[in-house]
Amino acid sequence: MSTENNNRQADTNRYLKLSGLEPLVVTPESNFVNVGERTNVAGSKKFLRLIKEEKYEEALDIARDQVEGGAQVLDVNMDDGLLDGVEAMVKFLNLIVAEPDIARVPIMIDSSKWEIIEAGLQVVQGKCVVNSISLKEGKEQFVQHAKMIRRYGAAVIVMAFDEVGQADDFDRRCEISKRSYDILVNEVGFPAEDIIFDLNIFPVATGMDEHKLNAIDFIKATAWVKENLPYCSVSGGVSNVSFSFRGNNPVREAMHSVFLYHAIKAGMNMGIVNPNMLEIYDDIPKDLLEHVEDVILNRRDDATERLLEFAENVVGKARENKVDLSWREDPLQDRITRALVKGIDQYITEDVEEARQKASKTIEVIEGHLMIGMNVVGDLFQSGKMFLPQVVKSARVMKKAVAYLLPFIEEEKLLNPNHQEGNSHNGKILMATVKGDVHDIGKNIVSVVLACNNYEIVDLGVMVPPEKIIQAAKDENVDVIGLSGLITPSLDEMVFLAKEMERQNFKVPLLIGGATTSKAHTAVKIDPQYQSAVVHVNDASRAVTVVGDLLQKETSLKYKESIKLDYEDFRNKFLNRGKHKEYLNIAQARENKYQVDWSKAEIIKPKELGIQIIEEFDFNKLLPFIDWSPFFRSWELHGKYPDILEDEVVGTQATELFADAQQMLKMILDKNLFKAKAVFGLFPANTVNDDDIELLHEGKPYIFRTLRQQTKKYAGKPNFALSDFIAPKDSGLQDYIGCFCVSTGFGADELADTYQKNLDDYNSIMVKALADRFAEAFAEYLHREVRKEHWGYVPEEGLSNEELIKESYIGIRPAPGYPACPDHLEKLTIWEVLQVKETIGVSLTDSLAMWPAASVSGYYFGSKEARYFGVGKIKEDQVEDFAKRKNMPLEEATKWLAPNIADD
Amino acid sequence: MKNIQEILKERILILDGAMGTMLQRYKFTEEDFRGERFKDWAHPLQGNNDLLSLTQPEAIADIHRQYFEAGADIVETNTFSSTTIAMADYHMEELVYELNYESARIAKKVADEFTAKEPHKPRFVAGSIGPTNKTASMSPDVNDPGYRAISFDELREAYKQQIEALLDGGSDILLVETVFDTLNAKAALFAIEEVKEERKIDVPIMVSGTITDASGRTLSGQTAEAFLISISHIPILSVGLNCALGASQLVPHLEVLSAKSDYAISAHPNAGLPNAFGEYDETPEQMAAQIKEYAEKQLVNIVGGCCGTTPEHIAAMLAIVKDHKPRGVNILEKVVL
Repeated sequence: MSTENNNRQADTNRYLKLSGLEPLVVTPESNFVNVGERTNVAGSKKFLRLIKEEKYEEALDIARDQVEGGAQVLDVNMDDGLLDGVEAMVKFLNLIVAEPDIARVPIMIDSSKWEIIEAGLQVVQGKCVVNSISLKEGKEQFVQHAKMIRRYGAAVIVMAFDEVGQADDFDRRCEISKRSYDILVNEVGFPAEDIIFDLNIFPVATGMDEHKLNAIDFIKATAWVKENLPYCSVSGGVSNVSFSFRGNNPVREAMHSVFLYHAIKAGMNMGIVNPNMLEIYDDIPKDLLEHVEDVILNRRDDATERLLEFAENVVGKARENKVDLSWREDPLQDRITRALVKGIDQYITEDVEEARQKASKTIEVIEGHLMIGMNVVGDLFQSGKMFLPQVVKSARVMKKAVAYLLPFIEEEKLLNPNHQEGNSHNGKILMATVKGDVHDIGKNIVSVVLACNNYEIVDLGVMVPPEKIIQAAKDENVDVIGLSGLITPSLDEMVFLAKEMERQNFKVPLLIGGATTSKAHTAVKIDPQYQSAVVHVNDASRAVTVVGDLLQKETSLKYKESIKLDYEDFRNKFLNRGKHKEYLNIAQARENKYQVDWSKAEIIKPKELGIQIIEEFDFNKLLPFIDWSPFFRSWELHGKYPDILEDEVVGTQATELFADAQQMLKMILDKNLFKAKAVFGLFPANTVNDDDIELLHEGKPYIFRTLRQQTKKYAGKPNFALSDFIAPKDSGLQDYIGCFCVSTGFGADELADTYQKNLDDYNSIMVKALADRFAEAFAEYLHREVRKEHWGYVPEEGLSNEELIKESYIGIRPAPGYPACPDHLEKLTIWEVLQVKETIGVSLTDSLAMWPAASVSGYYFGSKEARYFGVGKIKEDQVEDFAKRKNMPLEEATKWLAPNIADD
Repeated sequence: MKNIQEILKERILILDGAMGTMLQRYKFTEEDFRGERFKDWAHPLQGNNDLLSLTQPEAIADIHRQYFEAGADIVETNTFSSTTIAMADYHMEELVYELNYESARIAKKVADEFTAKEPHKPRFVAGSIGPTNKTASMSPDVNDPGYRAISFDELREAYKQQIEALLDGGSDILLVETVFDTLNAKAALFAIEEVKEERKIDVPIMVSGTITDASGRTLSGQTAEAFLISISHIPILSVGLNCALGASQLVPHLEVLSAKSDYAISAHPNAGLPNAFGEYDETPEQMAAQIKEYAEKQLVNIVGGCCGTTPEHIAAMLAIVKDHKPRGVNILEKVVL
């Protein structure tokens, strides 16, 4: 090899050029090249899990999200001790290549192991980037790897690292870069434009003097490299720089922006930047900007101290309008209690550190100072003086304090291995959303509130299979198991679990909660299956009392007995009451169907028949459609919006919560963190055989099965089924039906997870609650568009949001799983007709819950006659009939319809 | 004698036309393909055109001769499928060295005759390296997109065998052509670099991709520019496009390559698109008229023909391009022949 290649090309055309299916040419005029980093097992726990579990489809979705989110290069890293890195790299890259919407961008093959890098280079046709090589292991290996990379046709990231160590000052960065460059260009013949230097971004403001120059040295070295080593690029992982401000995102975002602003000016042209963690440089408040620039550029000796001090205000401002710091003069315990009650976290580490120094053992700070504070929170909450959102904020402070103290506790344990710590918590509680269900807002809230009351929470997450719950309960030796579920099939899961626990001789009390659960169901279906206590808990504040009564030695036995009696009594009364209800058989019910005079009915043919997909949607359009009342309900603040903001009892809290929600909303919209997708279709349809609706799509028939009310009605009141609203085939009239699925959950879970990882349940729950609201709003919006445009039966409709919520429009959009069509099975038909999973990626769990959770699906009925109703309880004969119509075993139909089958 | 880089600066070079089309005129039978040597071969051999270099060497030499007479500067060896991978269809993996060596030798012998006659117009032999019949970055199984029927290393080894024999037989240039999966081409280029290093030689390399349809992408999904970037990591003499499309359909993609590349640009299109019978029926005059556009736009440095073209087509092209200046090329003299 020689330098020929470098002289070969005209100097004007010497740019870093990469390719996937499409080219990426980085010229001096190009914008900063953003490298997507979520497909990195070292950086994303989710990605690691998916690869370990071989869920490559979902792993590809992460890659796709990155590319759709604007990543111009995709970093793929499979370096994990428990993975076969070569196999995982090859498999994942081979799958990426088969996805044109991902493979259009170049790949960055990221590994510290040469065999993984080489395996990756052998399966990608485009020009990749190798991340990375360095002189760390000496020149010989460096040259050998560089030669091979060139031969495979890739660009390379060179780390500023040599035999001595990693470059951490200006001189070393320049020295190593120069040496690397000279070897590559002059000895290997590596094209200079294919060299990308990673000059090591290290944290600043760590409190250590030797770190003060970390940012400015990087920036200066970048300028030096660009000046002295022609044609090369400079890259780096930006989030390192703000490492010491973990937990303070406003400051971190400002630091990233300031750092990038200066580094880009110096010539840095690509890097790994989380777009969610970036403030617009010009939008940084002037005072914050000054403090951050002082630190990044090391403009003052006391820059770090000043930024630390200022940072506290930055967090404080978001939460309190005026900062009254006089309480900082109070005694230590008062300060800690106040921080917990008010949910102020910026001084808590400082305060618990002070407490720690005074205590003989660190654990005393948790058991003493923090518990005293949390007891106050608990008392206030129980007495209705504090509300759920505040308690969740208190939990955030508590978690932060405990996270700070844990390393000290571990250290003390090491020093004192024989000393047994007593159980410092009140009890251990397992929480899980049952198999097939994905809804976890309520479960998370109860977890947080219990954790605030010093219970240790083992949270197994969502879609937890029963065997896992039982195994974890044994392994962790828990004191209580809490089950949550939102959709009706979850009720059966809970019954199954109770049976299974009984079979395995469990004695642990069972808590039942979630929107679909009820005291009736718990008493009638679950309680008889389990000899130990089963308690239905409908809100978080009651959870604390119930768990307390269950676990306190003095009260436990008595409470459990009383609960058993209470449920038995309730059950008997309920069943007796049930017997008074009279039912029609299904034939009689059909005779009493809702009669429409079809000869006079006005059927409007949809303007646009067939299926339409919405892939990109502007969330701003949804804002007016949001129904805020359920949002407050999810935080256990009851009342109607907007009146609730003025409410005598919860008004202040509601207003504060609403303000936080608005702030989060703004961030989500500004940074495009959520994605909305929808698919819907309008089709010719007729009712056949009374209760079935047959629709035609592309010549193929699909059948929706409906359920009919069976309770005996007063004379003149019909027994409704949804099929009554569609003209029967034998009327000779062509009628129509629609169906849809909307989702706003894409991006929501990841954002919520990020908050949760940062010990911020408050914002995590907030994100999920908002995503749910958006999904409903999107469904409402789309329904209006369908009525006005796509179907077009009410072109002149101009309803206010309030009227929309009151549903005062013509036509309905009932959803499977809800009262008018309580069986979830019809979702499968909707998915089949609309190809929902294939088109917009919303999938169905075993229990037919939609994933992502913030999704809504249903039918469109356009008739003036259509109205909402509840099917109510049905009888076995309809179940048998339904099973026959669906051509499924009676057993299976019974399982799905169980929540609706009348008990007798 | 001038080397090819110097000549490229002066005029548009002419590559030959189709081998297969010419061989069809001979109407060789199964017996002709087998010849004496392979009369007892256990597998059918008709259609194995590369084998004719061993069994009908005079026909191959004659076709080369016709193209040189028509004015071609470069002929391609009859080795499009002479890799162990493609020869597996005929169970002739063992013959790969001999096939390539003999094909190169035949072509070189004819080229030398012409160069001796016309020293002012030296003739060159390009060792033809086809894509093989397997793809390294696409799955043949739609239900298993992660599956690959061939690996990079298997391709690299097969190509290396072919390249060594082509060079031993006297090829002046290596032509990696009809690239529909860039990863296959990268394996060939990797092998070439290995051979260059081991033998301490340099050899001019031509790379020619195939845009398979009107979308303007290769079969493996790359745009022309992405393809260019993916194969530009080693010094090559020329990059271009061949096959699949006719001359006029290639224009927009050649424009991209021409604008984005410092290498010489080549094009050897088919004689139009196949008609209802799968035949290429553009006449020499029709095709030459389209090549004129290349020349007037100064898009190319090397032109020739692929499927359906004949010495008549090549002669017609030469008549057009001889009066046109070649596309300006920047710096090629560093690559030593």
